Amino acid sequence: MLESHARRDYWKKNLTYVAILLAIWFTVSYGFGILLVEPLNRIRIGGFQLGFWFAQQGSIYVFVLLIFVYVRLMRRLDRQFEVDERDEETT
Amino acid sequence: MNVQAWTFVMVALSFALYLAVAVFSRARSTGDFYVAAARVHPVVNGMATAADWMSAASFISMAGLIAFLGYDGSVYLMGWTGGYVLLALLLAPYLRKFGKYTVPEFVGDRYYSHTARVVAVVCALFVSFTYVAGQMRGVGIVFSRFLNVGINEGVLIGMGIVFFYAVLGGMKGITYTQVAQYCVLIFAYLVPAIFISILMTGVAIPQLGFGAELADGSGQFLLDRLDGLTAELGFSAYTDGSKRTLDVLFITAALMVGTAGLPHVIVRFYTVPKVRQARSSAGWALLFIAILYTTAPAVAAFARTNLLDTVSERPYAEVPAWFTNWEATGLIRFEDHNGDGIIQYTGPAAEARNELTIDSDIMVLANPEIARLPAWVVGLVAAGGLAAALSTAAGLLLVISTSVSHDLLKRTFVPKITERQELIAARIAAGVAVILAGHFGIHPPGFVAQVVAFAFGLAAASFFPAILLGIFTKGMNTWGAVSGMVTGIAFTGGYIVWFKLLHPELNTADHWLWGISPEGIGTVGMLLNFGVALTVARFTPAPPADVQQFVEDIRVPRGAGPGHEVSA
Repeated sequence: MLESHARRDYWKKNLTYVAILLAIWFTVSYGFGILLVEPLNRIRIGGFQLGFWFAQQGSIYVFVLLIFVYVRLMRRLDRQFEVDERDEETT
Repeated sequence: MNVQAWTFVMVALSFALYLAVAVFSRARSTGDFYVAAARVHPVVNGMATAADWMSAASFISMAGLIAFLGYDGSVYLMGWTGGYVLLALLLAPYLRKFGKYTVPEFVGDRYYSHTARVVAVVCALFVSFTYVAGQMRGVGIVFSRFLNVGINEGVLIGMGIVFFYAVLGGMKGITYTQVAQYCVLIFAYLVPAIFISILMTGVAIPQLGFGAELADGSGQFLLDRLDGLTAELGFSAYTDGSKRTLDVLFITAALMVGTAGLPHVIVRFYTVPKVRQARSSAGWALLFIAILYTTAPAVAAFARTNLLDTVSERPYAEVPAWFTNWEATGLIRFEDHNGDGIIQYTGPAAEARNELTIDSDIMVLANPEIARLPAWVVGLVAAGGLAAALSTAAGLLLVISTSVSHDLLKRTFVPKITERQELIAARIAAGVAVILAGHFGIHPPGFVAQVVAFAFGLAAASFFPAILLGIFTKGMNTWGAVSGMVTGIAFTGGYIVWFKLLHPELNTADHWLWGISPEGIGTVGMLLNFGVALTVARFTPAPPADVQQFVEDIRVPRGAGPGHEVSA
């Protein structure tokens, strides 16, 4: 099993990733979609006002991306710290 | 063939498909029954999670709600998708590493306490029953409008089907039927959306058509036309909100956190073989959900524009057939206040009195008829609505039966129960739950719609903080967790009951705490839960060393069991 300092480093890195991704999560939904919706609505892309677009479309696309980015980051991190699951562990 | 014949064909075909799938995947052990032996591929699990999650509310009601709320409807779009980010980043991988079967089980083991487990079981049962009642209303609407069988018979047929595959197949049967149901429901949602998008804007992708120019040669953008129409008739402009910003913020947060705390969603992540698959499975689930959730606001904008174009200021004698059909169900009502025979459909800011009342639940179902799509599309939508309602109902019934047979019997009151007896108990509990849910469907309590806010609020204020603190802090103990959960539930429940059931006449922004509506109060309950839990934990003894080791252990993926020690 892992040494305790390696465990701590792994956990710290994980928390950093989570914090950054959740900051983006907060910005696109609560930020662009709700708090800043009025100023952003002055910008138009085609028929969409930008704030309205973030509230009803953009935030959802970003949510999907965030999860897949986290999956990749954590896969790399699990391998680096050798805490990934070995194949023989599953049936 | 007419609409009704097509509906029969589509519904019968889809039901036959679900039954066939159920027969091929029946459960043989409690592991099969509770978590499909933790052998479900993450993409398959994502699809099943999406079907489990997208209920009658998502399929039937959401686009209609957005059509009438405009920008304010965004709270549902962001709220019911953003929660998956929280799930994938904060809960799913750790709960999968923990293994076992249920959410109350995690709470009970992490907080080494029967009290904590029983509090969690009570929350899980309450949340799930509330939700099931809502699904049955959806089933009832579809049956009564399209199949002419009456709501009661409709609900009985629906319950019979769910009973068959949930009781027989458990999680294994449910997972594979839900995959089939996802395919039916997403196809049924997209086909009319694409048709209507092409009709109205000439763009085949609804997500883009929604921001495109109208195809009528006016060169006007659809959303500009809609803003113009709504403002002209005295409604608030479609892309503007009328709710206060703080309230929108709190409602969105309550729905997001509530989503991440719903037991029937969380339990799906116990079914994949590996921790990293619990993460990716949440991603797949959200991708499959996003296909419907990004189409819904487009459907909403198309439907509202079409509705205003077809009925506003038209003579009542010349309304199209769909209008008359829905009038028969009582979900559209026209009262000719000024006696001119013309439909005045106006908002609160208009001079003319509004004469038309439309239940937002009918928009998605009536949309294909409003846009005059072929009869088979209408039938397909009915089958899709049923798929959405049944898949969610099945997932919830499983949570209810597992809570009783596993959390209450096996883990709390009758630990000596054998696997066989436990499986029988689970099936009996599922059977009783089906009958109770059917009862709610036939005799819906008057407050079904209101209590859905309750389910999210309670999940947000109880489970989410308890699980999060259980993973991310080692020092959180029984006393902190239990007092936090109880505070969160008591506050949120009290606030909702006060405004929704006891004093509905006071339910306006002036009387709310800081202008936060009962829908958004779960966020305050969650914050209170965190505050109380952290404070109490500071002044009470730290958890024992083995529990702290347990927390260390769930934080790393390696060593996740292949499912479960329990075997048949």
